[in-house]
Amino acid sequence: MNPSKTLIYDGSFNGFLTAIFVSFEEKINVADIQRNSQGQNGLFSETETIFTNVEKAKRVWNGIRNKSHNAITNVYFAFLSEAEGVELTLYTYIQKLMASKNGKQLDYSDGIVLRISQLARSVGREKHRMEAFVRFQLTKDDIYFANIEPDFDVLPLISKHFRNRYADQQWLIYDVKRKYGIFYNLEHVELVSLNLKQVHFNKIHKSDAFLSEEYDYQTLWNDYFKSTHIKSRINRKLHTQHVPKRYWKYLSEKKEIA
Amino acid sequence: MEYFQVMDFKRIQEKLNILADAAKYDVSCASSGSDRANKDNGLGNASKMGLCHSYTEDGRCISLLKILLTNHCIFDCAYCVTRKSNDVQRAAFKIQEVVDLTINFYRRNYIEGLFLSSGIFKNPDYTMERLVAVAKKLRKEENFNGYIHLKSIPGVSDELMYEAGLYADRLSVNIEVPTISGLKLLAPDKKHEDFTKPMLKVKNELNRYKNERKVIKSTPKYAPAGQSTQMIVGASGETDKDIMYSATYYYKMYQMKRVYYSGYVPVSNDSRLPSIGSQVPMLRENRLYQTDWLLRFYGFAVNEILNKEHPNLDVDIDPKLSWALRNLHHFPVDINKADKPLLARVPGIGMLSVDKIIKARQFRKLGWEHLKKIGVALNRAKYFIVCDSRNWERRDLDADRIKGLILQNSQGKFRKQYSQQLQLFN
Repeated sequence: MNPSKTLIYDGSFNGFLTAIFVSFEEKINVADIQRNSQGQNGLFSETETIFTNVEKAKRVWNGIRNKSHNAITNVYFAFLSEAEGVELTLYTYIQKLMASKNGKQLDYSDGIVLRISQLARSVGREKHRMEAFVRFQLTKDDIYFANIEPDFDVLPLISKHFRNRYADQQWLIYDVKRKYGIFYNLEHVELVSLNLKQVHFNKIHKSDAFLSEEYDYQTLWNDYFKSTHIKSRINRKLHTQHVPKRYWKYLSEKKEIA
Repeated sequence: MEYFQVMDFKRIQEKLNILADAAKYDVSCASSGSDRANKDNGLGNASKMGLCHSYTEDGRCISLLKILLTNHCIFDCAYCVTRKSNDVQRAAFKIQEVVDLTINFYRRNYIEGLFLSSGIFKNPDYTMERLVAVAKKLRKEENFNGYIHLKSIPGVSDELMYEAGLYADRLSVNIEVPTISGLKLLAPDKKHEDFTKPMLKVKNELNRYKNERKVIKSTPKYAPAGQSTQMIVGASGETDKDIMYSATYYYKMYQMKRVYYSGYVPVSNDSRLPSIGSQVPMLRENRLYQTDWLLRFYGFAVNEILNKEHPNLDVDIDPKLSWALRNLHHFPVDINKADKPLLARVPGIGMLSVDKIIKARQFRKLGWEHLKKIGVALNRAKYFIVCDSRNWERRDLDADRIKGLILQNSQGKFRKQYSQQLQLFN
């Protein structure tokens, strides 16, 4: 048996897929797969640094997809969860998938399969939430700007939704936590990093980056939100279940207007 | 980009407050069922799944800008907050004002689109013309491809209903009162046919367009998200059977996408209606929705759940459990063998679990642990199933005993409302 090794990759999805490729090709007994920023070496295992190779990554991607479309979505979504140790769980998942005759049938009574599909579900839910909870504010430069702070790295997943929908306006969605954003310039979407002086959440203080008209619309939306409540049916528990409190500071309807 | 004048803003704000407040009793906020694509790099699209952008403090989805064009009304329906005789502030939007609000809310990702309804001023056609004009302007002038739900005004002409469907994704006319006798009592100005005629027109157009699309693929869309209706629950003394039988009728007869049930919120001191301050029948509403789901997704027929012997749904347990307790001879079901329709009838097993069970049991026989991980509500299901375990409910329990055990070992969010007698002794 080969000695066990810890694979170190650059943190990108392609890097991770390359690691999978290398481990299969060289029949490595994988102890762990870690991002290079993590740097926790196992006591008894060697490490090998993986250099991202798009061609190799593509072959793994296609290999999984040929087994099952559902599985490739699960793998990508679960990867974006950034959960601790997710790489090794994914490695086992992909091994199982490749060994199975028919990848379409997933065994939900298997712990690994269940774990990956649950992680993928959580990321999917966060993607859906961000498509709903992004609140654009119109800047003086005529860009619809939003900052978000999602639990998982969902910007790559929501980009298509916003591009398809807001095709005739410039927009920028910025992940404050991961310090990068996606910007649509009326032609295509590109990754950007900003030197953001302040995070624009829904405080009462007005920033001069925005038109005063912008605050009028926020007020109207805030009013509208209030007038939709039916007092005799109030159910705050259900409300916070649907709109968890950690998202409130970016929702203009949740702003307290003095 | 237009700028609000200070005066303008104040006036719009006031109108929005009045006309959104009056529209909130319409419970539908669905933005699903349409798959309108973004056209010519214009604004917006409508997704098949729909999207809730926020939720009201009573927990309902906010997906659309839901407003009335005006709350002026020539009719005097007892259950309605905008009825002629009610002393409330009246307002009316201009067509362009609704268009501007919709576009600007949409661009900020507040909403999926517009839900436009109206009080009836002058006559039904005059009102409907204005609703259609808003939708037309959004589609033609603003190249807006988001979701539009238009309310059909009872008594409107077929020509206008036809035009409405060319721009709207969904059309609806609220039947409000589930029985014809109730309608006579509460809305004497309206006839039953006023409601059903627009429904029939929409149904016929939907079918016509569907057939034409089979021949010519580029046939334009006609109300791609179909039509829906709403019934008020608890305003006219109707039974659950009355409500669900008439819902079934509308589903079948007019190919409704959805029927909504809205617990009556008292808005008047009319002696024909529950008085202001009486409780909204939310639990009943919940049970009706559960029944609706059983009919649409679980393969139940309405007369299995509601019939002459059982004209009303149980309050303390859900309708599926209630059916199972009356039909114990179908149980226990073997999880590892039963076919899909039978699995779907087991209390505590939802459709998602049914699918997972069917997939998972190809790999191994399923036991209690597997079922628990899959997400089956075992506290209810365990009395009705056997699985790969020698440990199953062997006692010969009767329906009352099972019900007692389930209630004892579970919690319900509405429990406080119906167990008040018990609390006397605590």
